[in-house]
Amino acid sequence: MAAPQVAPVETPDVEEVPDVDRPWVTVVWNDPVNLMSYVTWVFQKLFGYSKEKAEKLMLDVHHKGKAIVSSGAREKMEHDASRLHAYGLWATVDQP
Amino acid sequence: MFRRDGEHCVARFAADEVKVLRKVANEVVGLLTDGFDRDDPVVGRLFPDVYPDDAAESSQFRQYTEGDLKTAKIDQAGAMLAVLPGDAGGEVRLDPESAEAWLRALNDARLAMGIRLDIEDGTDLEDELDEAVLRDPTSSRVFQLSVYAYLGYLQESLLNAMLD
Repeated sequence: MAAPQVAPVETPDVEEVPDVDRPWVTVVWNDPVNLMSYVTWVFQKLFGYSKEKAEKLMLDVHHKGKAIVSSGAREKMEHDASRLHAYGLWATVDQP
Repeated sequence: MFRRDGEHCVARFAADEVKVLRKVANEVVGLLTDGFDRDDPVVGRLFPDVYPDDAAESSQFRQYTEGDLKTAKIDQAGAMLAVLPGDAGGEVRLDPESAEAWLRALNDARLAMGIRLDIEDGTDLEDELDEAVLRDPTSSRVFQLSVYAYLGYLQESLLNAMLD
């Protein structure tokens, strides 16, 4: 009887998470035109964030130049980015 | 400037304000229709690349989304034009839906003007305006900067009235 064929076990590199499993993110970038109050309002309106959380994100965008505003599946992030574009925010999608 | 009246946001516009608002809304519509030019930096700002490092993916994404986005922006500017009073000026009363359309249309107009005027982070509008006036008080930059500042105040007052 032949011994069952066992495929050599591959030891996955722990550092490397398969691409499909790494979450995507929506990033909003700072721009010199959008009003701070407006950006806060858009975050609350589109993502249902509390005023506190929306303000913190807005300040991150303002001071750090950008902030991750949502994360998840790629299609969802593309949807979020296009909704942000409809409100005039400068949004991109990335898989960090 | 806007104030809250029940569920409406209300403002009274003088003749020259109506003229300015009609002009900027029409400019946005023009930019999105006959004048649509992907190489125009204003269009680049209103329709940003969703994957800045991947032109092919960005353009594919654009294929699916650009039409809807363009229509929404044209509708927003149209909502503004639809309720502007006649040349003599007058009152504007916005229900919650049209208030939001105005807010977004004002934002698009400011984004477009901000690019044309080279507004940067840290640009002090008053300083810019003072300098422009010193150079030539009749220049179009003086007028454009004043309009840009006015639209900012108007947008802020509308948002405050909506949240009031």
